[in-house]
Amino acid sequence: MLRCNVFNKKTRNNKIKKEVREVYLRDDIWCGASSCTTCESAAARLTASTILVVDTNVVLHQIDLLENPAIDNVVVLSVVLDEVKNKNLSVYNRIRALCSNPLRKLYVFANKFHKDTHVEKMEKESPNDLNDRAIRVATQWYQKHLGDATRVLLLTNDRENKRKATEEGIFAETIESYVKSLGQPDLLDLVVQPASVDVNMEDVEDSRPAKRKVIYAEHKPMSEITSGLRHGIYHQGKLRVNRYNPFEAYVGSESIGDEIIIYGRTNMNRAFDGDIVAVELLPQEEWHEEKSLSIADEEEEEEEDVHLAPSSADDAPRSTNLVNASDQIPVPSRPSGRVVGIIKRNWHSYCGSLDPMPMPAGSGSIAYALFVSKDRRIPKIRIQTRQLGNLLNKRIIVAVDSWDRQSRYPFGHYVRVIGDIGDRDTESEMVLIENDIDARPFSAQVLACLPPLPWSVSSEDLANPIRLDLRQICVFSVDPPGCKDIDDALHCTALPNGNYEVGVHIADVTNFVHPGSPLDDEASKRGTSVYLVERRIDMLPKPLTEDICSLRADVERLAFSVIWEMTPEAEIISTRFSKSVIKSCAALSYVEAQARMDDSRLVDPLTTDLRNMNSLAKVMRQRRIERGALTLASAEVKFQIDTETHDPLDIGMYQIRDANQMVEEFMLAANVSVAGQILKMFPLCSLLRRHPSPTREMLEPLLRTAAAVGINLDVSTSKALADSLDRAVGDDPYFNKLIRILATRCMTQAVYFCSGDLSPQEFHHYGLAAPLYTHFTSPIRRYADVIVHRLLAASLGIYKLPTIFQDRPQLTSTADNLNYRHRNAQMASRASVELHTLIYFRKRPTDTEARIVKIRSNGFIVFVPKFGIEGPVYLTAKGQKEGGEWYVDEQQQKIIKMDSSLSYSVLQTLRIHMEVVEPQPNRPKLQLTLI
Amino acid sequence: MEYVSPEGLRLDGRRPTEMRQLRAEIGAVSKADGSAVFEMGNTKVIAAVYGPREVQNRSQQINDQALVRCEYSMANFSTGDRVRKPKGDRRSIEISLVIRQTMEACIMTHLMPRSQIDIFVQVLQADGVSSYSCVSLSCSLPLIDHPHFMNYPKNNQSCGGMEGADYVNRTRSACINAATLALADAGIPMHDLATSCSAGYLNSTPLLDLNYIEDSAGGADVTVGILPTLDKVTLLQMDAKLPTNIFEDVMQLATEGCKAIANYIREVLVENTKQLEYRRGS
Repeated sequence: MLRCNVFNKKTRNNKIKKEVREVYLRDDIWCGASSCTTCESAAARLTASTILVVDTNVVLHQIDLLENPAIDNVVVLSVVLDEVKNKNLSVYNRIRALCSNPLRKLYVFANKFHKDTHVEKMEKESPNDLNDRAIRVATQWYQKHLGDATRVLLLTNDRENKRKATEEGIFAETIESYVKSLGQPDLLDLVVQPASVDVNMEDVEDSRPAKRKVIYAEHKPMSEITSGLRHGIYHQGKLRVNRYNPFEAYVGSESIGDEIIIYGRTNMNRAFDGDIVAVELLPQEEWHEEKSLSIADEEEEEEEDVHLAPSSADDAPRSTNLVNASDQIPVPSRPSGRVVGIIKRNWHSYCGSLDPMPMPAGSGSIAYALFVSKDRRIPKIRIQTRQLGNLLNKRIIVAVDSWDRQSRYPFGHYVRVIGDIGDRDTESEMVLIENDIDARPFSAQVLACLPPLPWSVSSEDLANPIRLDLRQICVFSVDPPGCKDIDDALHCTALPNGNYEVGVHIADVTNFVHPGSPLDDEASKRGTSVYLVERRIDMLPKPLTEDICSLRADVERLAFSVIWEMTPEAEIISTRFSKSVIKSCAALSYVEAQARMDDSRLVDPLTTDLRNMNSLAKVMRQRRIERGALTLASAEVKFQIDTETHDPLDIGMYQIRDANQMVEEFMLAANVSVAGQILKMFPLCSLLRRHPSPTREMLEPLLRTAAAVGINLDVSTSKALADSLDRAVGDDPYFNKLIRILATRCMTQAVYFCSGDLSPQEFHHYGLAAPLYTHFTSPIRRYADVIVHRLLAASLGIYKLPTIFQDRPQLTSTADNLNYRHRNAQMASRASVELHTLIYFRKRPTDTEARIVKIRSNGFIVFVPKFGIEGPVYLTAKGQKEGGEWYVDEQQQKIIKMDSSLSYSVLQTLRIHMEVVEPQPNRPKLQLTLI
Repeated sequence: MEYVSPEGLRLDGRRPTEMRQLRAEIGAVSKADGSAVFEMGNTKVIAAVYGPREVQNRSQQINDQALVRCEYSMANFSTGDRVRKPKGDRRSIEISLVIRQTMEACIMTHLMPRSQIDIFVQVLQADGVSSYSCVSLSCSLPLIDHPHFMNYPKNNQSCGGMEGADYVNRTRSACINAATLALADAGIPMHDLATSCSAGYLNSTPLLDLNYIEDSAGGADVTVGILPTLDKVTLLQMDAKLPTNIFEDVMQLATEGCKAIANYIREVLVENTKQLEYRRGS
C-alpha cells in the first residue's frame, strides 16, 4: 500500500517555522500512453507518436491555443497544474476542463508522487528553477519510459529552461516554432506573442509617428502599493467603467466611503473594467478641470448609441453623466483620481470585430489590426493576424495579453471566429457569449437523469401519502399566449362558510431534479432560462420544461401547492403547503382569461372562479399598495416574429391587463407565504430575495426631472414615493407612466441572498413593500425556485435537507451565481431586443412620437414609448464642439437657443424620424433625428 | 480547496482509502512491564504499561476486578512551538478517559481482582505546525481589501483557540493503538486487540486517516475504535455534522482502517514473539 516516505521540510515566512509534511511516492501512476505496455492502459489518452509536455508559462499564456483541438496528446504535469492554480484560477479551471474532456487527449501526470519523477529541492534553488527541473525530469522519464518509438517534446518559451533541456538530451522547442512546424497558419494567430521581445511591433509603431512616446504612467511596484494602501495614500477598489462613456470610470472605495471618478484613459492607466486597482486621489483643484482635458485628449469620437430604455439603475447611465458634456457645471463633491497600479487583472476574452482597414498587399503575411469590442467599456485591442482577409467581416473573439506603457492599446490575440457580421445567428450567438450564457445542448449524462418518456403520473405517486389528490378540483393556468413551460396554475372554490379556498399550484420540479445529480448541477450552473426574441435557452431539458413539469391542460401533473383559506376581504385565515397531483382543466392565455371575465354572458364555473379570484386579487393589490408597494412601469416591448425567416414583423409595448395582475398578485402572495415558512424553519440557510431601498443620490435624476416639470416627489419612504407618484398626473395620459418608468430606473435590482448572511432588517423588499420575499413560483425556469422548493419540502419533513444547505459559504456562492446569471439573462434579453429593433428598422424608416428624458449640451436623449427605445438627438452637428448657439439651463432642465427663439425642456413631446444608418461599414446603427 | 485531485490523489500522494505509514516498536521502556512506540505518519506516541500490581491507593481497590488507570500527556517538544504543555488540563483528562474506557473494554479485568494496571501514554511528535503559523496564514490571505471579503468574517475564524483540541483529536487513534501494543507486550489478558483509526469527509469523498492539513480543513472527523475479531465498537467520536448515509460510509471506512491496523499490530506481535523464541534458543 505505501511505498516510500520522504520528508519535505518547508519554512514559511512571517514567523519562520519548520514544517514537516509527508509525501508518499508511488509506482501506480500510469503514463497515459496507449503504446505503453507496462502501464495500465484503461486511462490511456495519448495516442500519437509525438507527445507534448508543456511548462507553466505555456499553459498560462497559450491556453487559447491549447483549447484548439489541433493541439493534442499533451501531458499536463501536476506541478504545472499547481503553479497555474496559484497564478490564475480561471486558466486553471479551463485547463482542468480540457483535461476532463473525453474528446481531447490531455493527460494529467501526477509527477510529484511518482517515485521516479519526484524531485527534492536543492540547496539555493528557487521554486521556479525547482519546477522547471521537475518538468525536465518528468519529460526525460517519459522519453525513457516510452522508448524511441515515441518522441517526447518539451514546449517551453523559457530560454534558460530550453537550453538546459537540450543539454540533458530532451527535445525542446518554443511554442512558436512548434506551431509553425504544424503548418496551419491560422493556429499561429492563437499564439500569444511574448511582449518583451517583439521586434515587429516597432514597425507598426513607426508607421504611427506620435506613438513612440510613453503614453501611460508606470504602475507602482506591489510593495509600494501595499504600503500606500496601509497609509491611506492609495485607495483600493474595483474599477467599473461607465457603460455609456468608456472614458469615465468609478472605483468604489471602502477607505473613503465614496466613489472615486477617473476621467480619461490616461488616468485609468491601462486598467480594464473589473480590475482591482489602487487609486491615488488628484488634488482637489484638478477634480473637474481634469475632465474637460480628458475629452479633448482622445482622438476618436465617442457617441451615444440608440439603445433599449434601461429598466433599472444597474442598466442606466450614471447620474453624473448628465453633466458630463457640459463643463461649466462643476461637481466638486465627487473626488477624482488616477490609477497607480493594478492589483488584480480581470482580463478575459471579448467579442467584437476588427476595425475596418485596407487589405495589405501580400495576403498571408503578418498584419496588425485593431479589434473593437462589442462591449464599449473595453478599449480597442491590437492583434496580430495572418488571415486578415478572412477576419475583416467576421465577428471574432479576442483575448488580451499585455499592455505596455508605449502603446495606446493593449495587445491581444485572436481566439476564434463566431460568424459573419450582420448575420442574425452570429449576432445572437454573440449576445450569448458576451453574457456568459451556455446555450450548448444538454450532455448525455444530464439527459440520462430524465424519467423515461412518455411520462405520466404513476400509481405510486397517487398512493404516496404526502401527495394531496386535487385532480377533481377545477385548476387552471393563465399565461402569455403560446407559453409551453407552464409552471403555475390556480384554483379558487367558494367554501360553505362564505370564505374562499385559493390554491397556487407550482410544477413539482424537485420531484425530477434530485440534488447532486448531473441534471441538478447543470441547472444550478445555468441558473435561469434565457428568453431571447427568437429563441429560449432552457435551464432544464426540453422534455421536463415542456412536458413532464409543464402544468398543461387535461393531463395529470405533479405539483407543489400553497392553499389558503381567504375571507371575501382577502384576509388569509390559514395557509397549507403540500405536494399534490392536479389536473388542469384549462390553460388560458391572458387575453382569453380577460375576455371570459369581461363577457357577462358567461356564467360557467371556470369563469365564476376567475371573477372571484380577480376580485380577491384587486383587494390584495389595493392593500399592498396601501402598504407602500410601488407600481412601477417598464418599457417592455414585444416583437411579432415571422415564423419562417425569424425576422421581426412588428413591435409594440407590452400590454398589461387585469388578468396579468391577478396572476401576479397570487404569485406574490405564494412567494411571501413560502418565504415566511422556510425562514421560520431554517433561519440561517434560507434563500430569500431582497430589494434594497434606493439611496437619495440614486433618486437624484428623478427628482431633478420632476422638479423641472413642477412636480414635488416625496422619496422618504416607499409609501410616500408611491403616493406622490400617484399624484404626478400631467396633462396627457402617458405622463404618469413616463414618470414611473423614470422612477423604476433609479432603483437597483432585487437580489437573492442567504438568510444567514444578513440581519433581518436587511431582508426587506422595497419595491413590493414586503418584509420577506423569495421566489417559489417558477421552478422550471429559475434555479432559485428549485432551491426554495427543496427548503419548503424539508420544512414540511417530506425530504431531508440536501447537504449544500449545511454549508453556508456554498449557499452564498450559489446565491451569487444566481444573481449573476439572472442579471446576464436580462442583459441578453435586452441585447436581443436591441438587435431585433435594428433589424426591424433596417427596412422601415419610421416617424414617431418621442419624449425627452435628458438634456445634454448638444442635444437631448429621447425615449420612444412605442418601441421602448432610447437614444440621442443631436441639435448641433458632430464636428462642432459645444454648439455655440445652444445653452443648457440646468435648473429648468431645458436647452435653449441663444436667441431664445427655440427651447426644449425635459419630458416634452416631439416627433422624430428613425432610420438605420451605416456610418462605418459593418457598423449599422439606429439614428434619431428631429423632424 | 482541493483535497482530492481529479486524479484521485490526496495532497500527500495517498489515495482516499490509504493510511499513513505505520511503524511500531515493542519494548521501548525496559523498566516497564510492557511498552511500545507507535507511529502513524508524523504522529509518534510512546506507551508504557505497569501492572497488574498492588493497588496504590487502597480506597480505590475493586474487589472483583482490576483497576485500570491511564495518564495521557504531550511532550513539550512534540510540536513546533516550545510551549509547556499543562498536564492536568481538560483535554488531556478527556483523552485519558477515552483511552481508559477503550482499554477497560478489552482487558479481562475480572481475572485480576484487587490489582491495578497503569497505562502511560505520551505524544512524542504531533503532526502539523504550531498555532502561530496558523494565525499568520489567515493574515497573509486577504491582501485585497475587497468588500467581498468583508462580508464573510465568519469564514476565517477556523484557526484560533481550537488548535489544542486538534492535536488531541489527531493523536487519539495513535494513543489507543500504542496502548494496545504495550498491554499485549505486558502480557495482560485481553479479549481482543483494541485498535482505532479515523476517517473524514472532504470534497465529497470519504478519506481514511486524515493528516494535519486535511484535519484542519474543517470537515467532519470520525474516530472509531473497535475490537476487530469480536466485531464490537468501543469508541465512536465525531466532531462536526454528517448526514447519516454519508456517516455510515465514513464509519465503514474507519472500521476497515481499524482492521488493517489490527492486522499490522498482530504481525508486529508475532514477529516480536518469534524474536523472543529465537533468543531463548528453543
